Amino acid sequence: MIEVRDINKSFEDLHVLKDVSVNFQQGKTNLIIGKSGSGKTVLLKCIVGLLEVDSGDIFYTEQCFTSMNNKEKKQIRQKFGMLFQGAALFDSLTVEENVRFKLDMFTRMTESEKTARVNFCLSRVNLENKNLLLPSELSGGMKKRVAIARAIVLNPRYLFCDEPNSGLDPQTAILIDRLIKDITEEFNMTTIVNTHDLNSVMEIGDKVVFIHEGSKWWEGTSKEILESDNTELNNFVFATSLVRQLKKQDDI
Amino acid sequence: MTLLHHIGKYALLLKRAFARPEKHKVYYIRLIREMEILGLNSVGIVVIISFFMGAVITIQTAYNTENPLFPTYLIGLAARDSILLEFSSTIVALILAGKVGSNIASELGTMRVTEQIDALEIMGVNSAGYLILPKILGLMILAPFLSALSMIVGLFGGWISGTAAGVISTPDYIYGIQFAFIPFYITYSLIKSVIFAFIITTVSSYHGYYTSGGALEVGRSSTLAVVHSSVVILLFNLILTHVMLS
Repeated sequence: MIEVRDINKSFEDLHVLKDVSVNFQQGKTNLIIGKSGSGKTVLLKCIVGLLEVDSGDIFYTEQCFTSMNNKEKKQIRQKFGMLFQGAALFDSLTVEENVRFKLDMFTRMTESEKTARVNFCLSRVNLENKNLLLPSELSGGMKKRVAIARAIVLNPRYLFCDEPNSGLDPQTAILIDRLIKDITEEFNMTTIVNTHDLNSVMEIGDKVVFIHEGSKWWEGTSKEILESDNTELNNFVFATSLVRQLKKQDDI
Repeated sequence: MTLLHHIGKYALLLKRAFARPEKHKVYYIRLIREMEILGLNSVGIVVIISFFMGAVITIQTAYNTENPLFPTYLIGLAARDSILLEFSSTIVALILAGKVGSNIASELGTMRVTEQIDALEIMGVNSAGYLILPKILGLMILAPFLSALSMIVGLFGGWISGTAAGVISTPDYIYGIQFAFIPFYITYSLIKSVIFAFIITTVSSYHGYYTSGGALEVGRSSTLAVVHSSVVILLFNLILTHVMLS
């Protein structure tokens, strides 16, 4: 479980996060949604420690992350897996080298054990026999899947995904969503997905947190979103005519 | 204030870069790779520049010392001292600042803007150590060899051009480059090359590592890396010359 308590973050005069408190549950896919510029990426970066919070605390299963020293942070980060918006694969390394990077760095596995683990992770994301390709030779969806394989290679306890569907076609986006959901349940991880894709919300959102103007505006399940009377949430969710029509049909 | 801010940030980055590696074997593999990319891949340009540099120095010295009272073997001596004292270390360092410095800054800058450095941090890897330390050590190890190679090729270029242009004979040139030879000049030059290698890699890494924005900023970091490395090299050249030769 990850608990965020009253965190605040400002960039000079711009107060981006205002007293945000959320619990992210283990074994569930927790979604952070909100408009562009609402502060959801800053929130995710604060949670993983890429940005320092101005005040407030973040707890990883009772351990206070914000008061840890660098060595302790490095240790807990070995339990993290992260899928970046642009996949962030290492350009100079092959698919296999990207996935085995953490094994080389943090384990004492033999070469054959590493290879077996890499192949398992690649097969888990349906990328068998792509080991020797470079990131530049992969499509956007394949890059995301390699990034997922890299994220899960050390059986992380926490998985973070920053806009996993950006730049993907709807079908590939659904595949990635399903993969994140399945892996979360399979490895009983605490997963946080940062998105503004409503398909993802409906597809995989066990718990949804709506961030608006730097504050937590609403939280609930994906089913509760459609029934909410929160004005800002409704403006965000029913922004497209397609969803509005679906809502009308549902009401009828 | 801005300069102090940058110096402080640079010092903190170096502290992180020289922190204890997570796994020595991984760093060793990267060190070998960086030695190849930064050092061995620079051999070609060092050879070409040194050859023509030696050739031009010899001919220019000859044309500027046309005097019956001036023994021709002194052309060899002047060329040797110019090459050993200044060209094979400082000029080669400035050339490397252009080639290697821009390479380092653009590589790290691209990694920064595409979140690859963030990915390393999230994994629990000291990104500064993993990315920068092998570059620093790689070039510092190979810089003296590049400098020594530059001296040899420079002297060879001087001999070829001097004899081809008919400004000096082979025996005079050989005698000249051996005349009044001070072995410390070689040591001095090699020490300078190591220090310049440190400057090139750290200043360029600093600019690349702290790039923010997109492709435009990566290009800007690359340019700043070359400019600042060159300025710091020239400044340290003055200091080292004063300290070591006075």
